[in-house]
Amino acid sequence: MQININGKAHDLSGADPDMPLLWALRDLLGLVGAKYGCGVAQCGACTVWLDDIPVRSCQLPLGAITGREVTTIEGLAGDALHPVQEAWIAHDVAQCGYCQAGQIMSAAALLKRNPNPSLEAIEGAMAGNICRCGTYTRIVDAIQTASTRLQGLSFYEVGQEVAERQTDGGVSV
Amino acid sequence: MSAGASPGIKRRDFLRYSSFGLALSSGGITVLAAAKTAAPANSLNPYVMIHDDGRIVIAAPNPDVGQGVNTALPMIVAEELDADWQDVEIILAPIDASRYGAQFAGGSLSVRNRWDELRQMGAAAREMLLRSAAQQWGVPRVELTTQPSKVLHTPSGRTASFAELVAAATEQPVPADGEVVLKARADYRLLGQRVVNAAAADIVRGRPIFGIDVSVPDMVYATYVKCPQVGGVPKTANLDEVKALPGILDAFIIAGNAGPPIFDLRKSIHVAGGVAIVASNTWAAIKARRSLQVDWDTSAASTDDSRAIEATALSAAGRPTGERDVKRLGDPDSAFAKSSSIVSGVYATDFVSHAQLEPQSCVAHATSTEVEVWTSSQTPGFAQSTLAKLFELPAEAIAVHQIRGGGGFGRRLSNEYVREAAVISKHMGKPVKLQWMREDDMAFDFYRSPAYFGLQAALSETGELTGWRNHVVSVSSDGEEANYGAGYRGYNFPDDVVPNVHISQTMVASKTPTGAWRAPISNVYAFAEQSFLHELAEAAGKDHRDFLMAALGADKWFKPDDLASLNTVRARKAIAAVTQAAGWGRALPKGRGLGLGFFFSHAGHVAEVAEVSVNADRQVTVHEVWVAADLGQIVNLSGAENQFQGSIVDGVSALADQRISIRSGAIEQTNFHQYPLLRLPQSPKINVEFLASDYPPSGAGEPALPPVAPAICNAVFNACGERIRSLPISRAGFKVV
Repeated sequence: MQININGKAHDLSGADPDMPLLWALRDLLGLVGAKYGCGVAQCGACTVWLDDIPVRSCQLPLGAITGREVTTIEGLAGDALHPVQEAWIAHDVAQCGYCQAGQIMSAAALLKRNPNPSLEAIEGAMAGNICRCGTYTRIVDAIQTASTRLQGLSFYEVGQEVAERQTDGGVSV
Repeated sequence: MSAGASPGIKRRDFLRYSSFGLALSSGGITVLAAAKTAAPANSLNPYVMIHDDGRIVIAAPNPDVGQGVNTALPMIVAEELDADWQDVEIILAPIDASRYGAQFAGGSLSVRNRWDELRQMGAAAREMLLRSAAQQWGVPRVELTTQPSKVLHTPSGRTASFAELVAAATEQPVPADGEVVLKARADYRLLGQRVVNAAAADIVRGRPIFGIDVSVPDMVYATYVKCPQVGGVPKTANLDEVKALPGILDAFIIAGNAGPPIFDLRKSIHVAGGVAIVASNTWAAIKARRSLQVDWDTSAASTDDSRAIEATALSAAGRPTGERDVKRLGDPDSAFAKSSSIVSGVYATDFVSHAQLEPQSCVAHATSTEVEVWTSSQTPGFAQSTLAKLFELPAEAIAVHQIRGGGGFGRRLSNEYVREAAVISKHMGKPVKLQWMREDDMAFDFYRSPAYFGLQAALSETGELTGWRNHVVSVSSDGEEANYGAGYRGYNFPDDVVPNVHISQTMVASKTPTGAWRAPISNVYAFAEQSFLHELAEAAGKDHRDFLMAALGADKWFKPDDLASLNTVRARKAIAAVTQAAGWGRALPKGRGLGLGFFFSHAGHVAEVAEVSVNADRQVTVHEVWVAADLGQIVNLSGAENQFQGSIVDGVSALADQRISIRSGAIEQTNFHQYPLLRLPQSPKINVEFLASDYPPSGAGEPALPPVAPAICNAVFNACGERIRSLPISRAGFKVV
């Protein structure tokens, strides 16, 4: 079984084809950004992209995704920050943070297909991701900020801006 | 001797795990090389270490499970140290009572308990840097001051960075408490500002900072299957069949303790009996559970039926007084006899699960002489002491590493999963990661206890509250003591304000484990009492706000020597602020209502107003919630506000449709499809106002939760005229949309 993850091919031939992608990422490949929350596609903490569509990796057997392209939070912008990740820091969204990689993958996928989503579109796209700490207000704010940033910018400009505005936590805003 | 300094423990250097590697970035969070056996060079005290390159390392002493104390507590140190926050790097402190005292996350106490200590630590370190500069430059100490991360000699303009001074500063004697002057509040640069969560940069990149992410060399993966009927133990299991499955390294029975566990954080060494399945990866262990067959001995197990418990409790609560007296003030019997009218209401709440999003997990390595664990426990100190007791080892032989937890809400106060991991590891002779499934987490929680209140009030002709009866019906596993979270709360409003009060109690048998769930006890009392006070205002023909303001009585502290007690002036200010912000009294369309709730808990005075609409299909939309609070000084404005926003969401989530039911001792709900958490589209708009206050800071994690349910239920009454006396509101056919 060959699976492409974050642009790199991985041979998982020895693995159980029934193994959900989530556990392969976490235990076999050391990519632990996707989280286990429920195991039944109810909470969204395990959200990754399969060919740019956000999916629940806890319900996705390896055998079903041979040859497909998977993007995880680790591959969203590498060591840089995607505009959604930047907005997440600027709005100080996270409390415990456990669900946030999944939230960010859903939000980034939304903005990729709809850079200017209405509130209703945001609610629809994010309804599958539970935040037990209740950071929903800030999630909406961060998506709207990221959306503003993304509009009118070429892909190159977004990349430039990410590089320029790369920032870390611990800053006063 | 500290755990960190104990000889013999295999002190794994965290640097070996790229996952927990070195400091990642300015303000980033890493797990301390707790391993360090001696105080690191350039340490000024257990909280402050300054690198030659200018990085200022501050230790975060208490576990962070999302309440933000890994940011807030170091901010207090940084303020008094006068560190530039951009230079600060936060590490998680080792678990070591000799250096850090009680390291726990509970009761919204981290900031409250650490405030004086951490200010002193920051100020003392600053003073050592100042004295070191005075000596080096041959100038009087009084001519020196600090600017962020540097010392300044005002007359000459000479400056030196903290990093340049630290080596010599470590030689300075540590100033005593009275020797340093703490900053005036007007000089704060950091406290009260909005500061981003110190873990934010790691969180958004999905970096491995949670308990579930811990990985150590030679680690194997375990799942642990317990008896669905809580307290049952295994007799036999098809272990050979399970052991033959792919990826399975071992499967074995742990005899364990029969009977349901008790929520006793200090003393419990209970390990529930069960079957451990150990595998080369998590999935292999999960898959093998499908093939496992166990014959359980349920002779000591719970036989609870939540429907029967509720029926018994509601029948008892319908009587005005219970089996035993708890409190009598004034002459309640005569107050009721003389009253103009009597209002009664029975209030009920159900079992509730914590459902923190990260299910319990723990990495443990136990041998016959030592135990090392990595855990997101809210009480890592108790993890250490109960492991020592369980394995009959000295405390020095137990090393506990604190790891960030994916939500707590009280669920991580107990350490049974830590003990399970250690027992499995010892059997395997290897480090083991024990991973609970969501289904395990929901089936084996220490639930928020159900609570039942038979309330009665006596009103005078002019509508004053003259008498108060509360018949508290509590679940109890032994018939004597109420189970955790089910008892009488102690001093309270209105109990200790109304002139004539009678509190009584009746016990109802239940073996289902209960424990602390966010704002324990307060969350159920607030719903019952603050809803009932609204009923009284209605019965008296008075505006709810005015009635509440009057019911609070004279201006006073409830405990004059305790600044963390209820103060009626602070309470009224919060109620006045929130009703003003929400436009209390404004005209609303039919089907829409505003509702008010106030509660004092965790030293916080919190008032909330909810605006809801209710349609003909009993769909409830929570449009907006306003909250005003006096928490004392605010440490991190962004963090405190986030906690409040989250508490509102949590409150709506719990009241909407969260309910654990029990049949034959087993929990009926298994996962989020049967136990729904609030989702983004249902989440209200939230407005948070912290009142200006010079009192010392209190905790923000819990006190905003209790007023949510009464504010919303009172708003539902004002919108549609129907009184909700039982939670969740789905039981009355309401649905939060």
